[in-house]
Amino acid sequence: MRKMQKGLFYLIWVTDRNPIIFQKASLVLPLLRYICRSFTRSSALLTRTHINYGVRGDVAVIRINSPNSKVNTLSQELHSEFMEVMNEVWSSSQIRSAVLISTKPGCFIAGADLNMLNSCTTSQEVTQISQEAQKMFEKLEKSTKPVVAAINGSCLGGGLELAISCQYRIATKDKKTVLGSPEVLLGILPGAGATQRLPKMVGRPAAFDMMLTGRGIRADRAKKMGLVDQLVEPLGPGVKPPEERTIEYLEEVAITFAKGLADKKITPKRDKGLVEKLTSYALSIPFVRQQIYKKVEEKVRKQTKGLYPAPLKIIDVVKTGIEQGSTAGYLSESQTFGELAMTKESKALMGLYRGQTQCKKNKFGAPQKEVKQLAVVGAGLMGAGIAQVSVDKGLQTILKDTTLPALGRGQQQVFKGLNDKVKKKTLTSFERDAMFSNLIGQLDYRGFEKADMVIEAVFEDLNLKHRVLKEAEAVIPDHCVFASNTSALPIGEIATVSKRPEKVIGMHYFSPVDKMQLLEIITTEKTSKDTTASAVDVGLRQGKVIIVVKDGPGFYTTRCLTPMMSEVIRILQEGVGPKNLDSLTTSFGFPVGAATLVDEGGVDVAKHVAENLGKMFGERFAGGSLEVLMQMISKGFLGRKSGKGFYIYQEGVKNKNLNSDMDSILASLKMPSQPDVSSDEDIQYRLVTRFVNEAILCLQEGVLATPAEGDIGAVFGLGFPPCLGGPFHFVDLYGAQKIVDRLRKYETAYEKQFTPCQLLVDHANNPNKKFYQ
Amino acid sequence: MISLLTYTLKNLPNTSKWALRFCMRPLSSSSQLQAAAASQTKSKKTLAKPNIRNIVVVDGVRTPFLLSGTSYKDLMPHDLARAALSGLLHRTSVPKDVVDYIIFGTVIQEVKTSNVAREAALGAGFSDKTPAHTVTMACISSNQAMTTAVGLIASGQCDVVVAGGVELMSDIPIRHSRKMRKMMLDLNKAKTLAQRLSIISKFRLNFLSPELPAVSEFSTSETMGHSADRLAAAFAISREEQDEYALRSHSLAKKAQDEGLLSDVVPFKVPGRDTVTQDNGIRPSSLDQMAKLKPAFIKPYGTVTAANSSFLTDGASAVLIMAEEKALAMGYKPKAYLRDFMYVSQDPKDQLLLGPTYATPKVLEKAGLTMNDIDVFEFHEAFSGQILANLKAMDSDWFAQNYMGRKAKVGLPPLEKFNNWGGSLSLGHPFGATGCRLVMAAANRLRKEGGQYGLVAACAAGGQGHAMIVEAYPK
Repeated sequence: MRKMQKGLFYLIWVTDRNPIIFQKASLVLPLLRYICRSFTRSSALLTRTHINYGVRGDVAVIRINSPNSKVNTLSQELHSEFMEVMNEVWSSSQIRSAVLISTKPGCFIAGADLNMLNSCTTSQEVTQISQEAQKMFEKLEKSTKPVVAAINGSCLGGGLELAISCQYRIATKDKKTVLGSPEVLLGILPGAGATQRLPKMVGRPAAFDMMLTGRGIRADRAKKMGLVDQLVEPLGPGVKPPEERTIEYLEEVAITFAKGLADKKITPKRDKGLVEKLTSYALSIPFVRQQIYKKVEEKVRKQTKGLYPAPLKIIDVVKTGIEQGSTAGYLSESQTFGELAMTKESKALMGLYRGQTQCKKNKFGAPQKEVKQLAVVGAGLMGAGIAQVSVDKGLQTILKDTTLPALGRGQQQVFKGLNDKVKKKTLTSFERDAMFSNLIGQLDYRGFEKADMVIEAVFEDLNLKHRVLKEAEAVIPDHCVFASNTSALPIGEIATVSKRPEKVIGMHYFSPVDKMQLLEIITTEKTSKDTTASAVDVGLRQGKVIIVVKDGPGFYTTRCLTPMMSEVIRILQEGVGPKNLDSLTTSFGFPVGAATLVDEGGVDVAKHVAENLGKMFGERFAGGSLEVLMQMISKGFLGRKSGKGFYIYQEGVKNKNLNSDMDSILASLKMPSQPDVSSDEDIQYRLVTRFVNEAILCLQEGVLATPAEGDIGAVFGLGFPPCLGGPFHFVDLYGAQKIVDRLRKYETAYEKQFTPCQLLVDHANNPNKKFYQ
Repeated sequence: MISLLTYTLKNLPNTSKWALRFCMRPLSSSSQLQAAAASQTKSKKTLAKPNIRNIVVVDGVRTPFLLSGTSYKDLMPHDLARAALSGLLHRTSVPKDVVDYIIFGTVIQEVKTSNVAREAALGAGFSDKTPAHTVTMACISSNQAMTTAVGLIASGQCDVVVAGGVELMSDIPIRHSRKMRKMMLDLNKAKTLAQRLSIISKFRLNFLSPELPAVSEFSTSETMGHSADRLAAAFAISREEQDEYALRSHSLAKKAQDEGLLSDVVPFKVPGRDTVTQDNGIRPSSLDQMAKLKPAFIKPYGTVTAANSSFLTDGASAVLIMAEEKALAMGYKPKAYLRDFMYVSQDPKDQLLLGPTYATPKVLEKAGLTMNDIDVFEFHEAFSGQILANLKAMDSDWFAQNYMGRKAKVGLPPLEKFNNWGGSLSLGHPFGATGCRLVMAAANRLRKEGGQYGLVAACAAGGQGHAMIVEAYPK
């Protein structure tokens, strides 16, 4: 699950990066190119929109740069222009080899054009798209004139499929250069030959890893794997901007290799290492192959719990190609591609992808003053986490606490977070040290007079938050934003003691901050637009996916989770064991079981929230009794942090055991179970429908601005099953009527808690009404 | 007539600069006119500053610079440094007890003689009452030694300082691994046999893998040759241009050696071996031969090769620096004034070797000079690609505007005044000793070729750089 999220995040990251550089360069680049390069022949330079093509000596240089877009995508237009150019290359007697390069900074080709897929209504149409691409790439693969793919920036999905169809690949060793097959994250598979080519190129284990996880591979690793043949170092400033000259240099190097390949001075074959040779020998034995397929399938089944069809299909298609030959393989690939594109899972995942793209933009515009100096009050788990994701992006951050041990713990957390990246080799120790120097730990408010934003992350206690706000406001400058990190305390109430409530805002981070992508920003009636813009800007710089919601008890995320948690307690009281409940929730697609979730979040926190929101929302939030949580707290069963909750947690012990002392608590508070709403499926739906109903009510009441934010918040903050696409996609794809029917059924058993909200009923009454049109 | 001519030419638009250079060259080679030119340069102002002592280089020497692993391979660094000091004593006949202070630069430190200046000075017979310290600043370590001396004299702390530098790349400190070191240190502290055994039981075979001194930049983990290759690519400098420049350096060095111009070299009788009398890295080859070499860092398509890079070198240098009045009082005829100097630093990743580009305009501005006032350029040649990149950077308005915060380019040093007696590519580059060689080359060239001002510049690891104005001492 976490991997899936990371993968999704990554895709977005690729598409949204460096807008400024891009804008500048896209204006300058084509012009410069046109003037500076002397091509011996440039055919129809101006008639093509995506491709600029010319010849240097006997090497054709094909440059891709789609207009008006931050990235190049394999659209039908690009596809046909490319075919046209390749046909010229093949028919020209002067040309002996070709270089394929993108002149768009930071992007080779980011993938296939998703709109092209979305506009298809049948699997046959999708299959046809796949087959056309397969044909083109096959022709490219069989080209007698060698084609060198010169890769700078993201080379993903269809882009990778194009690159691996070329005879040779040269990639820049840039952080932005990433190769990968992320299709699985969208519920589909690589549909232009990668399922057949990748296993041959990098070996089956690595190919499965790439296609089943969707992970992006950096250039240096790609070189080791045999995915690219040569690396080119990114250049610094010379007599041109570094990005521009790097692309030019990449092209120059690629041209020499293209010539070398045409002259047969270089062979595209690479020497395989001993391990590789042994592996490929082992894989030539059918029995070994079968065992490997079985192993991979088992692993996938365990991880997807059968909820995601794409990974298993990918294994199938790869298998078909290997066992039955490539014709069968290509056919299977294109057909399965068509089938998968039509699944609900794929539509849900693609919807999430689009939602995520939206939530990575600042729709409030650029803030008047960019935050340069940040101050975080409270060096606990959250505060230190916030500090970590700030300093590693270069934000100067003060971390303040009241005692030296508490501060030291927080500083150590930040250091450990950074150091873990050093161990994973994504950072050098030098970069870590430079980042850690952005952090200043202190016990007083010194330096706050220069802060542009203060984020408080002290205990969830209104009086304490009031005190911190007043203390901070005594020091901070007028323009400084004061943000409160809270999961449930209304921001409006925190702001009551503020001299400048327009500068007060809520920033609800999720734990662990460096891993969880979501940031829920809460605005009150008084919060100014510029304050919101500033908070969103900081959040985006911290790498967060952001939803902006209105103030209210529990905001959006906590509010949706609370009725579901109330149901969790009731189900436990009705006699379903925590382990059983956990497996029911995870098999529905939640990444973490419901009982475990209570332990992870903290029983005291759960009780605090349940109590507060219970008071505000009354009957609708009832269900399990608060007494369960209160008794747990009195016995010290606070969840993971105290070592005991529903489970027992021990350092170094992987399989957690049930806490047998819970039996007496649950037995003493036992509730009668109602057999007609207590089947496994009913239990799952009791949990999910309460969540979904509350989410839709949030949209109805205007807490949420858009359904997309509701879906992103639910999936990225609360672990709502990604295969369902979030509560709103879920209603759209599975039918509002079915969900209302479920709710009505449970309503007869539990009354108001399951009464569907008006907006949901509206959707059920009118099947044409969808949250996503 | 000349002044009229230069005046007109200076006022020509920029485009005709090459034309200018073209017609200037035949002029300056005519001996009749040269005298006039020299007398004109002598009319340039002096850089003496009110209330600051004039500081002079009396003279300077160096051991022959040898390829590592040749005749010096069994020595220790202080042996080489001592040879330079003895040579200086012999050359200048300065009474040892007059020397107030000794400073040496070095890069890769021999741990036994970490203050190599002191060990060498004692061995060379200097008074044990003369303090000595060692400085390190990568390839500009001996520049730092000299400017430290300038500071001591200018502030009135000293009158006579010996500055120098030494590097012995034939032997480098290779260490045990950290784990092994830790075990050995723990073992030292252990009191009982049981404790010792328990420590030894933790030993693993991988403890024995040795640790070499870093060849790469600590902050970026990139080796300098690799960075030079990228720098050359960034400035679109071809392999041929680099090889040509390297060939120029070797040819000029050979010529200078043959003509006996490298007068700072003092012979060194190496114990157990023959006397070394000259540098042994000067090897003019042919472009064809050079083209055959494979790239040394970025393989297989890079442009920096062994032939167009400076090589690992052993050597030491030393100069005698004095307050002018002291030198004159002692009856010396100094060779040059040390004038304004400048240290700069920039991005160690992408601009690692561009120090001279940044330092040159700053030191010129500080001294109130322009590029045209400089008669002799002595730039440290780490790599052909690095020198050519610096020249291109200095000749680029775009670079000046976008990276140096200048309105216009620094300007190109004329190649006919540039490293005319060879450079680090051909003479060799003992990291800690090169700075003094550059200053002495500038001083000796000013005396030989005529002219008033020399500009010394160098790049150094860490993305640092240095430049200094050397002014000829009036004859």
